Order: sequence, then structure tokens, then C-alpha cells
Amino acid sequence: MTDRDQTFDKVAKLIEPFNKKGVKLGETTSFAGDLEWDSLIVMDFVASVEDEFDILITMNMQAEIETVGQLVDAVERLRNEG
Amino acid sequence: MTDAIATADDPARETAAAPSHRGDLFSKFDALIAEREALLDTGVRDPFGLVMEKVHSPTLATVKGKETILLGTYNYMGMTFDPDVIQAGKDALDAYGSGTTGSRVLNGTYQGHKECEEALKDFYGTAHAMVFSTGYQANLGLMSTIAGKEDYIILDADSHASIYDGCAMGNAQIVRFRHNSVDDLEKRLKRLPAEGGRLVVLEGVYSMLGDIAPLADMVRVAKEAGAMVVVDEAHGMGFFGPNGRGVFEEAGVEDQVDFVVGTFSKSVGTVGGFVVSNHPKFEVLRLVCRPYVFTASLPPSVVATAATSIRKLKFAGNKRAHLWENSKRLHQGLRDLGFTLATPEAQSAIIAVLLPDQDMTVRMWQALLEAGVYVNMARPPATPAGTYLLRCSLCAEHSSEQVGQILGMFEAAGKATGYLS
Repeated sequence: MTDRDQTFDKVAKLIEPFNKKGVKLGETTSFAGDLEWDSLIVMDFVASVEDEFDILITMNMQAEIETVGQLVDAVERLRNEG
Repeated sequence: MTDAIATADDPARETAAAPSHRGDLFSKFDALIAEREALLDTGVRDPFGLVMEKVHSPTLATVKGKETILLGTYNYMGMTFDPDVIQAGKDALDAYGSGTTGSRVLNGTYQGHKECEEALKDFYGTAHAMVFSTGYQANLGLMSTIAGKEDYIILDADSHASIYDGCAMGNAQIVRFRHNSVDDLEKRLKRLPAEGGRLVVLEGVYSMLGDIAPLADMVRVAKEAGAMVVVDEAHGMGFFGPNGRGVFEEAGVEDQVDFVVGTFSKSVGTVGGFVVSNHPKFEVLRLVCRPYVFTASLPPSVVATAATSIRKLKFAGNKRAHLWENSKRLHQGLRDLGFTLATPEAQSAIIAVLLPDQDMTVRMWQALLEAGVYVNMARPPATPAGTYLLRCSLCAEHSSEQVGQILGMFEAAGKATGYLS
């Protein structure tokens, strides 16, 4: 299992409590479209991802992240920078 | 053209005339239009379309011909009908005319604007004060101007729209922390890169739930991380601290707060905004802050009323005491009746009643209005965490008798709607 796979699994676990409709998660699953999250859920979820990986995902970065795959890539990048 | 004007205010015609061509820019609002229509179809009055036909005092108005107690204004200190304030406005209108027709940096700074800034410096005990045309613009200006692309703004997730909009207008990196959580703020400050400036943005009173920030701890962790601190005291000015400066005064962190943002549209009782500071280079903002430069300055009568009101607020200790008394009594009384409130005790002059859903909230709102008391209805996205609430804000001019009447009306409305058994 690669580092990226492990990150994907951890992110998927963090999505779980907010995945009310039980949407199946893949690289292209989108937060707004597929998971139907509003800005309040996004805030809660982002905070939990930040705390899990000890990183900061600024609102500027969040604006560019639409899918689970993009988030996993961003987390990987931020962890390597840190 | 006449047709267009005639239909503009007619919601029925608005939807009927929806264009059939592709790419109508208004189609993104369809869900909201439908939700609003469904609500109004149930026969309730529009909570966001109320008109006050007459205003008799800070606490009393006529709505649809009925005398109504005002419990949903930001007129905390009841200054809007103060005789000195009104006289100052009339005198300025006579002496300086109805408006300045110009920016503060061109032809829009009159003697009255300088006097108003002097009144603020005296009230806050600061070296500098800058008056903006609204409180919204003060936040827009400060956030967008002082933090650049390499800098970080760290803000509470429940920050006011004007703070978010100021961040969106600027180029800084924006980091949020969970509402009022000192731990969450500290964690995020520790994760910031070493380079780049830091601005922590806090509010004294959060206006939706009426809860106050733990400013002593928050300012301490912000300063330990080398950040500058701004506190927005929109809903705290006039009411908190020995001099009425705000929650930051009461928390004892005056010497560590770099900027205080405020408004004239709440306790001061008119309209306008300001930033006060002791920063030695503060005055340069008058040249670089776009929401200050590229808009008309406040009318002379407005700055005259603001200055007079601010001078009086400094010595309004009795009014502050009565406002606390009103707030505590309403909070206790509503709890005793069986309502669920957003804070365990009265933390500010805002008492927020939590209700289960939009339907119950609107019905309660209307029942209260029919009984003779006006409160604010608030719903997401203005409210945090998807809450529906009736927001009551007290005034120092509410009499004890009025607070008793209000409690009676809440009891009647709660029973009429079936919320209270």
C-alpha cells in the first residue's frame, strides 16, 4: 500500500460521519455534487482533515479542491512540504 | 420602460415572466425563489419584508397600524431619540448641508468628520481613529488592505459576512478555526509557516447567538504566535467594560489589541463605521484603503449625531446597568417558560431563542408580531450550524414593564403555535 493509498483511506474515514447518503467514494467523487455538502459541513470536515494530518488547508486552497482525489493530492503535497 | 418598472416590484409577474432562453443568469436563484414562495403560500407574512410605518421611540413603532414593541433592533443603548443627538444632527444639517458629495480624501472631510474621529479617540483612548461610511466597509477595508499575498488571516469560522468579504477582496491566505475555540486557534497558529505576517480576527459578541468570545485567552495565544489582533466590537460597544468600549475592555486586553473595528449603526444609533488603533503608521490607511477612498463620506448630520452619541455613551453607566438587568431578566424569564436559548446565561444584549425548524420559527415570529412584539427571524446561512432562531435584542430604554409584556407575549405565542404545552 502506497503512502497515497493510506492517505486516501484516512480521508475516506474522515468523510464517513458526513456521508449521510452512503455515497461510494472514489477519486472523482465531488464534495458539492456527489456528497451534497454545504459550506458548514465543509468547514467541519476541513478542520478534521487539518487536525488528522497536522496541516493547514487555507480557504484559498479549498476553493481549488472539488473532488476526493484532489483533496488527497493536496494533503500529500502539504505533508511533504511540512 | 414603464412596463418594466411596473412589474419590477411584483413577485408574481417576476416568476411568470421568466425568460425561456438558455443561460438566464437568475436561474441559480430558482431554489431560493421556490422556497420563499412555498413559505408565503402557507399564508404567513414575509419575515424579511416588514415595514415600520412610524417609529415612536427606540422601543416602539407602528407596524401594519399596530403599536409594536421593538425587540429586534441593534439600538442597544437607545440613542436614536436622544434630544442632544437629534439637536446636533439638525444643527449640522443647517450649517453644513445635506451631504458631502465626495470622498474622505477629496472634498468629503468636514469639521464634523474630524470631530467624530476626535470623539472616538477620546472614547477608546487611542492615538488614531478612522471613520468609514459603514461598519461593513470598515471591515472590508481593513482585511483587504493590511494583509497581503504572503500574509495569513486567521479568523473564527462564525465571523461576520463583512470579515469574510474583506478577506475575499484581498489577497491574503485565509485560515479558519472552530468558533470560539482557543485550542483550535492555537493549533492553527502553530502550523503556520515561519514567513509571512499574521492577523487574527476576533469579534467581541457574535451577533447570531449573542455569545461572547474568550478574548483574554485568544489574544494571549495570538500574541504568543506573534500575530496582530483585530477585534470587531460591533455588538459590544456601549455595553461592555467600565467605559463601554467593548468585550476586549472587559477582558482586560486593551493594550494587546492592535485594531478595534466598530459601527455607528448599533449602540451609537446612526450609520457609519470605524477603526481605532495605536499603530504608529495607522494614518497611511487613508491613502491605500479602497473602501475608504472610493466612496462618499458620511453626511454632516450623521457624523454630528455619531460624535454626540459617542461622547454621551462614555458616561452611560446607568444605562449599561439597566440593559444588563433587562437582558438577564428576559433570559431567565424565557427559560422559565420552557424556551431553549443559545447561551446558558445572558452573555450580551442579544438573547437567541432556538427553534426546531423554519415552519415553527416563522409561525412563532408571526404570532409574536400579532401579539405586538417584533423580533428578528434568522436562518441559515446567516446562522451557524443550520440553526433556526428568533433573535431578541434588548435596549437600555426598554422599561421593566415592557420586558414583562414581552414575556407575556412569548408565553401566548408559544401556546398558540403549540410549541409550549
